Amino acid sequence: MSAPVVVAGASLGGLRAAEQLRAAGWDGPVTVIGEEPYMPYNRPPLSKEVLAGKASFDSLAFRPRAAVADVEWRLGTRVVRADLDRRTVGLADGTTLPYAGLVVATGMRPRRLPCPGPAAGRHTVRTLDDARALREALTGPGVRVVVVGAGFIGCEVAATAVTLGAAEVTVVDPLPLPMTGPLGDLLAQALRDRHEQRGVRFALGTGVTAFHGDDRVTGVELSDGTVLPADVVVESVGSVANTEWLDGNGLDLTDGVLTDEHLRVGGRPDVVAVGDIARFPNARYDGVPRRVEHWSIPTDTAKHAARVLAAHLNGTEPGLDPFAPLPTFWSDQHDFRLQSFGAPALGKDDVRVLEGDPDGDVLAGYHADGRLVGVVALGGAAAAAAAARHRAALLKQPALTA
Amino acid sequence: MKVVVDMNKCQDHGQCVFAAPDVFSFDDAGHLAYVPDPDEALRDEVEEAADVCPLQAIRIED
Ligand code: SF4
Repeated sequence: MSAPVVVAGASLGGLRAAEQLRAAGWDGPVTVIGEEPYMPYNRPPLSKEVLAGKASFDSLAFRPRAAVADVEWRLGTRVVRADLDRRTVGLADGTTLPYAGLVVATGMRPRRLPCPGPAAGRHTVRTLDDARALREALTGPGVRVVVVGAGFIGCEVAATAVTLGAAEVTVVDPLPLPMTGPLGDLLAQALRDRHEQRGVRFALGTGVTAFHGDDRVTGVELSDGTVLPADVVVESVGSVANTEWLDGNGLDLTDGVLTDEHLRVGGRPDVVAVGDIARFPNARYDGVPRRVEHWSIPTDTAKHAARVLAAHLNGTEPGLDPFAPLPTFWSDQHDFRLQSFGAPALGKDDVRVLEGDPDGDVLAGYHADGRLVGVVALGGAAAAAAAARHRAALLKQPALTA
Repeated sequence: MKVVVDMNKCQDHGQCVFAAPDVFSFDDAGHLAYVPDPDEALRDEVEEAADVCPLQAIRIED
């Protein structure tokens, strides 16, 4: 039997890679290896519906396509090393697997704060098990919650904690506004106001220096010396790429796995990367390689990478243009939604209100060199629909040459 | 082919509308409407729509 395509990582990206390999005409064996003991599941509800108790853990599982029924799933183990010259990967259980093609889909893990103090009572939200543990902690009576990190996950968790009836919810971040990195100041300010009106407090422009408590956290010490009392701490301070298993192969692993414009790794036609671990140049923008942690990215990258890999393995031409996805993200917080199309982060210096106003439903346009490069809506369904009306124009745009 | 959207799950994200505009659309009230028995020729589009639905609310039956 011929060697399989090994998909390292059994999250959304790994599942889509397997499905898309079949769709792209790879009929050979496929082995997917995943560290978690679960079949691939949908992560965004972990910080929202699942945490709030509105969706069951079971409802998160993806329904794999029929075409992947013969795929071998090795769950509860991980890939710990790879020898790309020999085309083998080694698993945590000691097995060595030869491969015909390799899909790097090991994703990210939450970054942890290096501060001194007890570990118990500190949570992250990346996996099902994380969300289960956090839900249990949040549903205690009168809990005081400190969320460290005012990004997507931090803001979503803070909103959910308020809904669950937490006594106090404080979000800490060294930056002056929440989500200012992806949104810029105008919408970040509007976001902050909305959170405050709904009971979330902020401690901004300050870092965390220590955790207080003996066997479990009782407080969070900030850089200015203030101590916030806390029963539950959530660390949402970014993520770290799971690339250690690729060490020693001469790859650029500085932030995820560097790929070419077809998601190939290290100039090798038999190795591709998918999902938020892939640092790829987007031909739609300036061609600077970036990792993208949006929900749509695993599916988009898997489709492109699988075609490239299947064509190589089948000895055909993929005939594809360089990978150029239109970034899309959304975030549900309290009773409002953020909806984005394009690359607002590239146009943060020239933000204009296109519709509405920041106190109500608002649509902001982000410009680079006077041209619209992204839109973000904040508010209800009407605002999101307004953003969607700009999508076609953003999609049509020629590449931005920086 | 047969398409079913779990309207209890759907949160009107509209990703399906972008992926398969021949099958999914929004009505005047901003709620999702769709063709339950689209032509087989639209299978690729519909599969794409099912893939990109953030709530995984779209099921292709048969
Ligand atoms: S993508 Fe999913 S959630 Fe969004 S409108 Fe379509 S079916 Fe509903």
